[in-house]
Amino acid sequence: MSLSFINFGETDKLSTKKYRFSPIIYGLTQISFYLLVIFIVILHLAPFLWQVICSLKNVDEIYSLPLKYIPSKISLSAYRDLISNPLFLRYLLNSILISLSTTFFCLLLASLSGYALSRLSLRFKTFFQFLLLIACLFPQIIFLVPLYELMANLKLINKPLALVLPYVTFSLPLAVWVMTGFFQTIPKEIEEQAIIDGFSRLKILTKIILPLSRPALATCAILIFIGPFAWNEFLFSLSFMIKDTSRTVPVGIALLSGASMYEMPWNKICAACVLTTLPLIIFVIIFQKRIIEGLTRGALK
Amino acid sequence: MPKSFDEQKFGLLLILPSFILLGLVALYPILRNLILSFTENDQFIGIKNFILLFQDERFKSSLFNTLLFCLISVPLQLFLGLVFALILQQRFFTRGFVRTSVFLPWALPTAVMAVAWKWIFNDTYGVFNDILLRLQIIKEPLAWLGKPDLAFFCIILAEVWKCTPFVTVILLAGLQSIPPELYEAISVDGANTLQRFRLITLPLLRPFLLVALVFRTIQALGVFDSIWVLTGGGPGGSTEPISLYVYDTVFRYLKFSYGSTMVIFSFILSLIFVFIFYKFWGDRQIEY
Repeated sequence: MSLSFINFGETDKLSTKKYRFSPIIYGLTQISFYLLVIFIVILHLAPFLWQVICSLKNVDEIYSLPLKYIPSKISLSAYRDLISNPLFLRYLLNSILISLSTTFFCLLLASLSGYALSRLSLRFKTFFQFLLLIACLFPQIIFLVPLYELMANLKLINKPLALVLPYVTFSLPLAVWVMTGFFQTIPKEIEEQAIIDGFSRLKILTKIILPLSRPALATCAILIFIGPFAWNEFLFSLSFMIKDTSRTVPVGIALLSGASMYEMPWNKICAACVLTTLPLIIFVIIFQKRIIEGLTRGALK
Repeated sequence: MPKSFDEQKFGLLLILPSFILLGLVALYPILRNLILSFTENDQFIGIKNFILLFQDERFKSSLFNTLLFCLISVPLQLFLGLVFALILQQRFFTRGFVRTSVFLPWALPTAVMAVAWKWIFNDTYGVFNDILLRLQIIKEPLAWLGKPDLAFFCIILAEVWKCTPFVTVILLAGLQSIPPELYEAISVDGANTLQRFRLITLPLLRPFLLVALVFRTIQALGVFDSIWVLTGGGPGGSTEPISLYVYDTVFRYLKFSYGSTMVIFSFILSLIFVFIFYKFWGDRQIEY
């Protein structure tokens, strides 16, 4: 049986050679393809979905055997407990503050740098790109010890800035690549005309380039926020935030689930996981086209 | 010429804040690690730390764990990423939804999802055991996080689940960059599906595969979040990677300089891998 309807890597309508064989075989291969797709989707979503199911269970149901896949009574008690827990709310607040600051400042820096890199030929361009490469290539553990030392010397331990600085830095590579790529698509004639008309460079940036860049800025902002150095970051947050009230939410949840596993029932932990991941999921669903476009452009560089 | 000098100054001004930040937060730590690794308590002691490193049994074990982890998880991710990218390349009903789902694991916090996996692998109430029991693949619940080999399987599964989307997105971009005319041309010459894949898709995907390989390997060498949460180093250190040992050394035993020594070793290891990958796989011009 020829699998000629599956084109390895070719963008083509699924089955251009439909009726080479009997419709039954065609139908069968269609079904098996969709079954495969369903299986793949389940694989990717299952862990999260299980968290959602478990978070809606009662405390007794969580620890009852055999396992129930559908809670007999949907209970929001776990969520109610969490929301009334001031420490958890504090974790959320810290995460929101730090992630939003990171996104804003990284966007700002990346736009300026991206613009400079795309337009002007600078002597330090290669060295700058080298620094960007270092920041995105190596794993966090390499930067941990000296950064901790640095933050301790600057008396920033337990302060949000201790996280915002590294987060902005390590988010720069992808952000700069996205913005540079975008700026390269803006024709130089627009700015040349503006210079002839007597606009200062600063005016060009704010009055002409900025409004044009809105879509790219949005894409960049989302990529930063859902990236590994904002909401989701763990190692630096664990190391630099030692006071309980300064912690961010991923660290908070990890510590809750580890230390007091027998005190905190799992439906509450699951609810915490769902609350933490929900904003990201909403972002991904709404902006999925942007995200994939932005990432693939970055990858192509 | 005043005009271009002005441009230079302006450009420099624009990238200056990023420059400073990168220099301080990205470049300085690497250099500082180098210095720290040759000192102890601010006194220069030469290569004593490195000698200690090579005699450290726990380090050797963590190095072995890390390398084994990379060796198993990275090829798996590349293979699965390729399969998923090929499937997502097809046009089919609900493709947008499927793409979003496939991308989701990468967007979720590693540590939080590791907590989710911890619950899934729970030996009494975990859904993993439950499904295996119902499918009669195992007869009794297994202690997934309590036995060394099983725990290793768990951390690999969590990592592959989380990181394959990264590969998928890169390879999808690669697939979309292949001009369809090539496929048409070779079809005219009578090539079948497998030949088209072997002769066009794979070679043209090579730079993308290389990027995915390099990034995934280096990030796998430094894996921390998921393992810290899932096993904390595993039963008896059997799942402890280098990064966890470094974390312990620095924050529990307060041996900063020894931690830097280990990090320098990892750093050099990463560089060696990048070098090897580019040597064997890199930058050969594909003529068509």
